[in-house]
Amino acid sequence: MADLSINLAGIKSPNPFWLASAPPTNTGYQVQRAFEAGWGGAVWKTLGDPIINTSSRFAAVHFNGQRVAGFNNIELITDRPLEVNLKEIYETKKRFPNHALVVSLMVEPKREKWHEIVKKVEAIGVDGLELNFGCPHGMAERGMGSASGQQPDLVEAQTMWAKEAAQTPVIVKLTPNITDITATAKAAARGGADAISLINTINSLAGVDIDTWNTIPHVAGKGAHGGYCGPAVKPIALNMVAECARNPQVGIPISGIGGVSNWRDAVEFLLMGATGVQVCTAAMHHGFSIVEDMIDGLNNYLDGKGLASVTELIGKSVQRFSDWGDLDLNYAVVARIEKDNCIVCNKCHIACEDASHQCIERHTDENGVAYLKVREEDCVGCNLCSIVCPVEDAITMVEVPSSEMPMSWNQRQKAISALGGSKDDAGGSNKKEAV
Amino acid sequence: MSTKVQSAFISEEQLKRNFAEVKAGMRPKEAIEESNRCLYCYDAPCIKACPTGINIPSFIKKIASDNMLGSARAIMDANPVGATCSRVCPTEELCEGACVLNHSSKPIMIGDLQRYATDWAIRNEQVLFAAGRSNGMTAAIIGGGPAGLSAARELARFGFAVTIFEAKEQAGGLDTYGIVSFRLPQSISLWEAEQVKQLGVDIRTNTKVGVDISAEQLMDQFDAVVLAIGMSKVPMLGIEGESLKGVYDAIDFVEATKTGLSAKFAGKKVAVIGAGNTAIDAATCSVRLGADDVKIVYRRTSAEMTAYDFEFEFAKQDGVAFKWLTAPTRIVAGQNGEVKALECVEMRLEADESDGRARPVPVEGSAFLMEVDVVIKAIGQTRHLPLIGQLGLAHKRGVVTVDPETYQTSNPRVYAAGDVIVGEGQQGEAMVVSAAQQGKLAAYSIYNSLCARRERYG
Repeated sequence: MADLSINLAGIKSPNPFWLASAPPTNTGYQVQRAFEAGWGGAVWKTLGDPIINTSSRFAAVHFNGQRVAGFNNIELITDRPLEVNLKEIYETKKRFPNHALVVSLMVEPKREKWHEIVKKVEAIGVDGLELNFGCPHGMAERGMGSASGQQPDLVEAQTMWAKEAAQTPVIVKLTPNITDITATAKAAARGGADAISLINTINSLAGVDIDTWNTIPHVAGKGAHGGYCGPAVKPIALNMVAECARNPQVGIPISGIGGVSNWRDAVEFLLMGATGVQVCTAAMHHGFSIVEDMIDGLNNYLDGKGLASVTELIGKSVQRFSDWGDLDLNYAVVARIEKDNCIVCNKCHIACEDASHQCIERHTDENGVAYLKVREEDCVGCNLCSIVCPVEDAITMVEVPSSEMPMSWNQRQKAISALGGSKDDAGGSNKKEAV
Repeated sequence: MSTKVQSAFISEEQLKRNFAEVKAGMRPKEAIEESNRCLYCYDAPCIKACPTGINIPSFIKKIASDNMLGSARAIMDANPVGATCSRVCPTEELCEGACVLNHSSKPIMIGDLQRYATDWAIRNEQVLFAAGRSNGMTAAIIGGGPAGLSAARELARFGFAVTIFEAKEQAGGLDTYGIVSFRLPQSISLWEAEQVKQLGVDIRTNTKVGVDISAEQLMDQFDAVVLAIGMSKVPMLGIEGESLKGVYDAIDFVEATKTGLSAKFAGKKVAVIGAGNTAIDAATCSVRLGADDVKIVYRRTSAEMTAYDFEFEFAKQDGVAFKWLTAPTRIVAGQNGEVKALECVEMRLEADESDGRARPVPVEGSAFLMEVDVVIKAIGQTRHLPLIGQLGLAHKRGVVTVDPETYQTSNPRVYAAGDVIVGEGQQGEAMVVSAAQQGKLAAYSIYNSLCARRERYG
């Protein structure tokens, strides 16, 4: 049994699984049920005003028979008065003193407004605050949520205002609806944030009803962009977490959010630098009990790896996440097809033929049995065949020895420049962002 | 009479193939697809349909998330013989029958997924549970079958020092000796026994209570006793010729196929008397031993037989013939005291006012001879009356009477579980999975009665 407890910028939690600020954390009833089910922490659904909402709020993207590959919402922040929320937060914290209870906040970008809400919430006893600079709809129209989260100077200023009043750790939740997430992450760090959490939802339109021509979802025949989340956004979130984790100018702990559905996803986020994860869509799809396998699976995984604490995973893959210019251009893999496991669907052949480098040949053996073979000298190691292959262990990508020394684009440009090559060429190589 | 040429030879290789597990385990891709198809219902009906209450959506979700250890543990936690049950449970009548997807597509293949997870644990030599801290109490389990193993496992987890007394050479009871190998290889049941042994349970095999150790000694030496002795031999038919060479008890016959395969049935004509699941086992084993012609002889019809539908189908596919409305009246001897023929009489069904079950009555003048070399009796099982007597327990024709909540017998220190309490209108149907549950519940009662009381009063 490994130790699953984490400490995110001073916020302690019995395990790394938190519920994200979202519909499942709207009330004390829900959050207490979640803690009973085993969730280590919860970020209470964003407090603020006014209380308004639309009817018809969620939509999902189903993919080839699997429901909820992605999830889209146009719901707003809390639909209950501040006093009611504060009372329930107090009761919840009293009942579960060892769980992490963080409260999400969103107010107008004014110094006194931030001071006021921070003081009110901290007065009832919480473990931390999360500043919602990410909500992409509804609040943004009033200069809140992602509208302020898209401007680094506003992120920095508001973080500072919150920090001026805050006694507990402040987490800044970032919107992904921005070109470079590290710009706002750094702004949060400059503003004094204790941690960042990312990603919030991505601007989205879930679909269009091709019979009625209405948007999905629609409110009285009209639609607006919502925020996209769920399994489909995980790679986007993971990249943004990784970019922040490896940027020394961010340099604060990360709470990873975005499509975490099981313990494996959580492990990936931790390896990429998150200290813990926040979950919403999976809990909305299946209920709070999913945390049981998250905990059990993570425990068994850590035991299997011989790790005593989940914290030993944090950031272990960050150093392997680099710039394209640092990748070894002389490293080579080729596809190999294991005939015994191949079911001869020919999907690899046609994928290679039509979309890659035409190097998977179709043959028939002496018994008239069809088989596929890779012409390795023409294989560029793109992985496409192994991606489309529907069975296990039929196509493996095998490293082939290179006759060349390892050489990245950056090393190549440096070498050329040392030999007196074009300065323009060399200059464009590895221009790290100017700060 | 069949004029088909008889083949009186079967190779050892062929025998092995015939008794190898019929059904292949799921392949990884199948398991992943199927586990992701499970809806993960809330308050799922499959859980309620499982006599041991396995959290089925949970173990399936764990397969989907590749938490195989967690999956196997979830299964075996609720059911100490969960690997066996994945193969022998009538799943379409239990979990799979209750799956909500029956109403919209196809039920989840719960049994196969359960086998996939437990096979993983077996293959990876996992030890799934640990014994509890010693509570200073002792328990004796009489019988190391599913009910006994289940009770032993739970008691060991509560911290009892547990001893199982098992008459046979190996533990596992019917799972080890009574379920045909092509459904349940012996290794599966032995792995389950091993899991129990690894909790420090002392399994004394080749030890028969009442012979090697007296019931009295047992009562003196242990704080609690669980009686899980199952049932005994097949009763006598009460017809002439029952002691002839070539007449077998179906239980002994199946057991023989579990411990070694002989070619002596090759080319033989076999009549199996009875139409329960054991009769089907005896018939399909006969086919697989190379018998040329196998008939099930039953005095009622297919509508009254007690074998499961899938067993009936399986036997038909194996080429077993069914002689309905036929009752044996005499086994005819050949010159050397061997079975030569079975004399039968045709029956007809008559409505019976008393219990509603149609009563078979002989059709006058319908007697005929069925040429056979082997007769296998599968008309139910007798009870271990002597031991029940030695323990002085209340019973109804060998079916030990228990409190349906606590599984306590008329002796408050003796509990009973498994086939020994099933029958005479008690406890419903005899299944491995119910035996496992009864064993578990008996263990909980013992814990509640001995330990909870002690905790309460210090």
